Amino acid sequence: MSELLREMSNTAQRLGIPLGVQLDLTYRCNERCVHCYLDHDDHGEMNTAEIKELLDQMAAAGVFFLTISGGEILMRRDFFEIVEHARRLMFCVKLKTNAVMIHESEADRIQGLAPESVQISVYSHRSEVHDAITKLPGSLKKSLAGARLLVERGVKVIFANVVMRDTFDDYAGVRALADEIGAQFTIDPTITPMMDGDRSILKLNLERAQLEQVLRDPSLHGARPEEYCAPPAGPLSQEDAMDTLPCSASHTFCYVSPYGDVYPCVQFPLPTGNVRTTRFIDIWKHSPQMNEVRSITMNDLPVCSTCSHGGGSCTRCPGLAYMEGNMRGPSSQDCEKSYARTGVVTAGMMTHGRAHSAAGLVQIQGAMGTALPA
Amino acid sequence: MSHVYVARVREVAARMIGGEMMVLSARDSKLFSLNETAAAIWQAADGKTPLSEMVERGLCEGYDVDGAVAARDAQELVDGLVSHGILKVSDTPMEETS
Repeated sequence: MSELLREMSNTAQRLGIPLGVQLDLTYRCNERCVHCYLDHDDHGEMNTAEIKELLDQMAAAGVFFLTISGGEILMRRDFFEIVEHARRLMFCVKLKTNAVMIHESEADRIQGLAPESVQISVYSHRSEVHDAITKLPGSLKKSLAGARLLVERGVKVIFANVVMRDTFDDYAGVRALADEIGAQFTIDPTITPMMDGDRSILKLNLERAQLEQVLRDPSLHGARPEEYCAPPAGPLSQEDAMDTLPCSASHTFCYVSPYGDVYPCVQFPLPTGNVRTTRFIDIWKHSPQMNEVRSITMNDLPVCSTCSHGGGSCTRCPGLAYMEGNMRGPSSQDCEKSYARTGVVTAGMMTHGRAHSAAGLVQIQGAMGTALPA
Repeated sequence: MSHVYVARVREVAARMIGGEMMVLSARDSKLFSLNETAAAIWQAADGKTPLSEMVERGLCEGYDVDGAVAARDAQELVDGLVSHGILKVSDTPMEETS
């Protein structure tokens, strides 16, 4: 992160400005990825006018970074109208897509909209593997064709490789493919639970040895292994813990679903309000749930505040902890990552062991109180 | 400087954050923070208003500075923003591109 970006984030946090928002336009998708945490039906998406009004409100609230995602964003017939409106409002727009529906004309229009980047999901460099994950025959070929059209037009393309147990050996191939096309590459070793609370897809996560290899591969994180994988420095002092915030969720970032529900983060499905009934800025500033998340410092985390990883090496996601039943608790997936990286057991692992019970898991509900169907 | 027109390039995002105009170039993902004067020029850069008129209205009137000094400063600011690829200039009016 550049110094100027850090300063801007600090200013936004100090002033309570929602600097970044992920807006999912739809959960509908032309792929059926085995690891996806969403359902793929339309339960009442916001219409074009509602989304434009929301964008107006978000611009007025100070939102600068707007990630437009889904589902597959091009499933929305009004996709270009929405992004054109967002760019007129001078958002820094990042798009997430599978690129299957990007042909010459779509690539031309995307280039014309000057997004900061277009992130494309690529699971393997081998068609038979990638297509088996997306369950869409020919999808790798189409995604790569779309990616090439964008790169040819000077659009920054990033291949996002969600690496899983059965595709672990392919991440180097995806990276080579990105290099060949002229795209950037990023890897994500975390499969998250489904939005209805179903955790069965977590079995797709990397095995510990695989996770260790990914986290200790200096070509992926750019840091020196002896620093990045060094033993943790110990828990934060109580004074520091009171000033240390778990992450940007609710502080400078939030997520809006296709139905207008606002959450602290896409991985933190705590309903805080709905923009169909309440103005975005009022949810952001006054939602009790948003303010509760905002009030939590490291000092309020009974297990993690005692953990030796708490001094800076921990990547604890409060949303994943929430999905395990307690937003102030540890996130077992992040404990696994800290352990895989450093070889030092976390306080969360010592407290709970490695067994995770499905009992007591949060069932995700829309802000209007309607449970999202599985 | 009487026939210089200034416009924002298409490949930028911008937002006023805490009283500072932040501009991000999509070309290279570089982030810029504009001072008050640069922000005034940035916001007035519609491609249709001559820079001289922008200076008269935005800088001389608003800040009570000498016209020649304001014009020189404005030109330097515009040159800087153009060199960073976030503004463009022309000797004829331009369509807004953002």
